[in-house]
Amino acid sequence: MAELTYREAVARAIAQEMRRDERVVFLGEDVAKAGGVFKATVGLLEEFGPRRVRDTPISEQAILGAAMGAAMTGLRPIAEIMFSDFMAVCFDYVANEFPKTRYMTNGQLSVPLVVRTGNGGGVRFGAQHSQSIENWSMMIPGLKVVAPSSPIDVIGLMAAAVRDNNPVIFHEHKALYAVKGEVPDGEIVDTLGTAKILRAGKDCTIVALAMMVPRALEAANRLSRDHGIDAEVIDVRCLVPLDTQAILGSVVKTGRLFTVEENPRLCGWGAEIVSIVADEVFWDLDGPCVRITTPHIPLPAADHLEDIALPTADRIVERVSRVMNGD
Amino acid sequence: MKDSRAGPRHRGALPNDDIGVETRLEMFRLQVEIRDCEKRAHDLFLQNLVKGTSHLSLGQEAIAAAFGTAMQPGDKSFCTYRGHAHTLARGVGMEKMLGELMLRDIGLMRGKGGSMHLTSVEHGVMGSYAIIGAHLPIACGSAWRAQYLGDGDVSVCFFGDGTTNIGAFHEALNFAAVWKLPVVFVCENNLYMEYTPIADVTAVAHPAADRAAAYGLERIVIDGNDADVVYRTAIAALEKARGGDGPSLIECLTYRHSGHSRADPAKYRPEGELDRWLERDPVKIYRQRLLDFGIAPEEISRIEERSREKVDEATAACKASPPAPEALLTADVYDDGGWAWRN
Repeated sequence: MAELTYREAVARAIAQEMRRDERVVFLGEDVAKAGGVFKATVGLLEEFGPRRVRDTPISEQAILGAAMGAAMTGLRPIAEIMFSDFMAVCFDYVANEFPKTRYMTNGQLSVPLVVRTGNGGGVRFGAQHSQSIENWSMMIPGLKVVAPSSPIDVIGLMAAAVRDNNPVIFHEHKALYAVKGEVPDGEIVDTLGTAKILRAGKDCTIVALAMMVPRALEAANRLSRDHGIDAEVIDVRCLVPLDTQAILGSVVKTGRLFTVEENPRLCGWGAEIVSIVADEVFWDLDGPCVRITTPHIPLPAADHLEDIALPTADRIVERVSRVMNGD
Repeated sequence: MKDSRAGPRHRGALPNDDIGVETRLEMFRLQVEIRDCEKRAHDLFLQNLVKGTSHLSLGQEAIAAAFGTAMQPGDKSFCTYRGHAHTLARGVGMEKMLGELMLRDIGLMRGKGGSMHLTSVEHGVMGSYAIIGAHLPIACGSAWRAQYLGDGDVSVCFFGDGTTNIGAFHEALNFAAVWKLPVVFVCENNLYMEYTPIADVTAVAHPAADRAAAYGLERIVIDGNDADVVYRTAIAALEKARGGDGPSLIECLTYRHSGHSRADPAKYRPEGELDRWLERDPVKIYRQRLLDFGIAPEEISRIEERSREKVDEATAACKASPPAPEALLTADVYDDGGWAWRN
């Protein structure tokens, strides 16, 4: 057992998979010699050499296109898109190429690759380096979409993503890179499409993802302490496949649903979860389903403005307690 | 090159006898079959049996036929939505291709892909890409895999002149050159970017070749209507790639006899332009070359007759094939064969 940061977990996860399988290769901008702009890939070049850990030009289309070409002919590439905002530069691959190839070719080709990317706000980078974009890819048939919140989940879910035969978009949260967590020694492999109930509760269900998970947990503890509300907190971890069983089971038990999302309100993933709950367990609900989100705005750089925009533990506590008390 | 038929009579008789009779007959057969098959696709479209859209490469057959002949079985090809010719040239059967155009169960992808997405992995046909430029980086990735695993195959990527103004073209060329990848980029410059002359929207006269120097590559412009010229260039580029000397960018000058797609009557072409190019029809000039080379007219006719028979047989098989079963609708979205996005 060792205490690792989220960023160290990224490098350990990639190393674990590269040691296991010679077909796993890693490419991206500044990922090799520089160890990544977030220092999440330090040590990989030293261990695996420039044949397997490769710096690329600033060419996002070439990075994802090459990863796809390699994946569909026999390698299992991990590609980095430095900031998730840049995914828009190469979105043809994310939207049109990776996810449709298997279907269009009637199963002749698979695209087993992982695109890992620094997602989310809270670090004062402004509107083009702070977006939370996991919902961009969630809506596209053929992709899997992951967003871990802890070091151990980074390793386990990355391993599962690399071993998966589908294209996986893996969102690492920039504001979580310095977060530490206990991680057991040895190989860790998790399962995609499994949510984790991080705090059991009986009064309401709070569903969160990535950076919103620690905030939801803090809010739940304060709701219990200050308001007598016992909230169950679920870390979704993976949007596709979605663990609807865990979410529906929890909502049936508590009768109340809150989602906490970092992405802007319109068409955020919380809306999909609310819709599923309304469709399938409506008669188990004791009140409205409530989404706590960033407003429908680009994120500002100014620290106090960014702090207001993103859901905080304070906001979660305030909103949940108010709704639970029927205000 | 194997050449059992080239007798001493032909040695030195023509300046291009380095290619050999067998190879020439193969390139002729492919050109004729591609021509006949695409003409049939057009007929079937007029009968409403080919649905959606289709992009014919009538007039451009020499490029596909020559590369198809020059490439080795393990090589990978990547092409565009104008990819019927390149698919047939790798050995895919006509009924598979026409069946896909007719969206029947017999088709290459059982109707799930359509004319713009022809793929046959067993023939090394690694997809036809319908978003301009997308497949150049993908071909780089396939070439990277070959380099990494020491597989020894070459990835060949066909695209039109319009692609040369897409960002992915430039990203792929730089990427391939920097990583010294075994990939051959083949630009089929047919003078038109869809409906617009490429010259009207491009800063240089030769949209591919004039950019080669920017990536440290040789400037190569060839007559894309002469299968022998294309074949020799292809062999050289494939050998260079296989030998570890990196990518090539080849600009083949050619002309499409019909419009961009079936919806385009090509009225934008200046008067006389098509006629001038029809005089340089690759199938016609190659047929004459075979005669000049001493191939018996009967042998040529046999190839032509057999091609027409094959097209008729394929058409009949496609017409008899049912449409794709409904179960295919939700099949193969994910690797487990299904479409489930939730547990």
